[in-house]
Amino acid sequence: MAPEFVKGALMEITVNPVDERTAVVQLRGRLDLLVAAEVKQRLVQAVNEGFRLLVVDMSEVSFVDSSGLGALIGGLKATRLAGGDLRLACVGAQALAILELTTLNRVLRPYPNVAEALQANL
Amino acid sequence: MRSSYLDTTFLRASWGPAEWAAFRRGLIKILVITNLTLGAYYLLWRGTVSLNWNAWLFALALFGAELYSYIGSFLFGLTVFRLRERGEPPPAPPGLRVDVFITCYNEPVELVRKTVRAAVAIRYPHQTYLLDDGNSPAMRAMAAEEGCGYITRSAAWKGFDRHAKAGNLINALEQTTGDFVLILDADQVPLPQILDRTLGYFADPLVGLVQTPQYFINVPPGDPFGSQAPLFYGPIQQGKDGWNAAFFCGSNAVLRREALARTGLRFFVRDVERRIRRALREADTVIRQAERRLTKVDRQRIAPALRELRRAVAQARRELDRGDTFQEVTERFQRRAEEAARMVVAADLQQIMADLAEIQAVEAAEIMRALNDEALLAELAARDRSPLAAIETVRQLIPLLVNEAMDYLPISTISVTEDMSTSMRMHATGWRSVYHDEILAHGLAPEDLRSALQQRLRWAQGTIQVMLRENPLTLPGLSLGQRLAYFDTMWSYLSGVPTIIYLISPVLYLIFGLLPVNALSDEFFWRLAPYLIVNQLLFAVISWGRPTWRGQQYSLALFPLWIKAVTTAAANVWFGKKLGFIVTPKTRQAGRYFGLVRWQLLMMPLLAVAIVVGLGQLALGWRSDGLPVVVNVFWAVYDLVMLSVVIDAAMYQPTEEQ
Repeated sequence: MAPEFVKGALMEITVNPVDERTAVVQLRGRLDLLVAAEVKQRLVQAVNEGFRLLVVDMSEVSFVDSSGLGALIGGLKATRLAGGDLRLACVGAQALAILELTTLNRVLRPYPNVAEALQANL
Repeated sequence: MRSSYLDTTFLRASWGPAEWAAFRRGLIKILVITNLTLGAYYLLWRGTVSLNWNAWLFALALFGAELYSYIGSFLFGLTVFRLRERGEPPPAPPGLRVDVFITCYNEPVELVRKTVRAAVAIRYPHQTYLLDDGNSPAMRAMAAEEGCGYITRSAAWKGFDRHAKAGNLINALEQTTGDFVLILDADQVPLPQILDRTLGYFADPLVGLVQTPQYFINVPPGDPFGSQAPLFYGPIQQGKDGWNAAFFCGSNAVLRREALARTGLRFFVRDVERRIRRALREADTVIRQAERRLTKVDRQRIAPALRELRRAVAQARRELDRGDTFQEVTERFQRRAEEAARMVVAADLQQIMADLAEIQAVEAAEIMRALNDEALLAELAARDRSPLAAIETVRQLIPLLVNEAMDYLPISTISVTEDMSTSMRMHATGWRSVYHDEILAHGLAPEDLRSALQQRLRWAQGTIQVMLRENPLTLPGLSLGQRLAYFDTMWSYLSGVPTIIYLISPVLYLIFGLLPVNALSDEFFWRLAPYLIVNQLLFAVISWGRPTWRGQQYSLALFPLWIKAVTTAAANVWFGKKLGFIVTPKTRQAGRYFGLVRWQLLMMPLLAVAIVVGLGQLALGWRSDGLPVVVNVFWAVYDLVMLSVVIDAAMYQPTEEQ
């Protein structure tokens, strides 16, 4: 009775180093519960590789759900505990709506583009 | 006149079930209003002219108990006022991605196998998982034999609070991907149609929870432990449903994952903000303490820095109120605190460094623990510190707090009844719930008194924890109806002390002649009797053919348990004491259990003696207060009948092995 659910190939994750401590994480596809665990794991791995500031480029993310955002929180915790930060860039309208609905925009402030996210000084 | 009367009776006889249901709902409304009006009429008189000030302590105590009961019937009346009977569910849309979770923790493998087998056989396409918190090889083998998924805690839980069943569910949610989750206890065997009968409600995109009844098939005749809850899984949940406040009861319920995740995120943000505000509060205390302790020499060097720090705290609070991101608030605060520290002359820097090393090692860990422990937090804030150390403590505090909290949880962990707490948070986040009153699983109830009491204690403790940690009366986002519907359940668990007062009242009168009212006059009866009668009538109409007598007996007879629940839950929430939470054993424990009901057994002879004394003295002509004696004897007999339930329960011996 167990149906086979297609998994994998739903989200493409690329970690592009900017310098030793900084990387831009490019996500492509739907950031939802099907890929949440994978995304979180990749972000934590990036921190373990030594990156302290992660900028998540959301420009090619077509859809976000709460579990997907949860994965980003997992990444945020990893960076913060390592003394760094995780920032969102190029967040689409749908994702922005969920960020506001969950009030998560008080924890993860969206930046208009990658450059600003990289340079932002609070 | 006569013919129109006949018309109506004739009409009524031809009513179908729908008309009868509507009639009943209307009758309930009328009775609720009548009951509350009569109650107010009685209590106004009781609270003003009737109090016997010669026995003022007793008089006030009894009046308090009666007030408690009246508020209880107000909340109960409100709950059932909007009774919602949903009837046939909407059809389940095909193609939904559904997971079935069976939670288990060291239950007998063969018992769990029955549930697993039935869960795998559920008709609607789904994926079944056994969530084994006991991590037992036998369970794993059984799951494999039955073709069922098997999940245990991931390595990430090592060294962290496991949060019992809530943690078990959180762990499984992380490892699965269904859009909907049916949750089953290890001893709740589902019927094949359970998903077909519940998934249809989720066509409404705002529905986050569908709860169905818990019904037990192993209950012996007479239900000696009062396991069935036909009043709760029926009129009470239906009433709450009418206010969109039917709540999650841990098993036999389907949840929407997006609702859990979104609620988790919302409350995560709320938690982070609360932690920052707490940290700021403590910072204030630390600074004030340091200021008070300044020596004359220090004053010039250090006072300005402390003043600066205090300004930084106030500024951070303003920024939070304004809605700035937490990171902005905390980083700006940190910068300001650093500047303040630099104001202290360089000569002191060395001392700061020394203090700092000590603080980091010792206090960091303590502060973390203190965040969940009010008493420890207060103790930390009050600790003796040099002003320099105080500055450093404040500076270190905030990032520590914020970063550690970074974790969102789809299931609430503030209470051992994570189910109720989770659904209340879902309601506060705007989700809807459904109570579908159809038995879709056959469960097993505890088969001995100890297990039954333990389970009841855990529910009560958990409910009180929620009341003290996230009171529905103040939790933002709930509607007024939802606030009162949740509070109704909490209020009902506070009945322990009022019950004691009700129990000793007839004893005090019959043996010691203490009367809490001025006079048991005619007026007393005219005010009390209609209230009591309508109260019983209302209860009868609400129960409507469901056996609720056992439940009534237990809610009175378990008064020592309710008191214990409140005191242990309060000690847990306020002082961080352990609840002594024990998972209900699913296998029967042997033996008789008079020790478990000693308070009830102590109370019963007292009541019996009071009855004998009262009636005896009256018969011998030693007293002439006939009416009050009769009233109090009647009252004592009622108490005795209610309490007697525990004797049967303690002596109960199952006849055949199951």
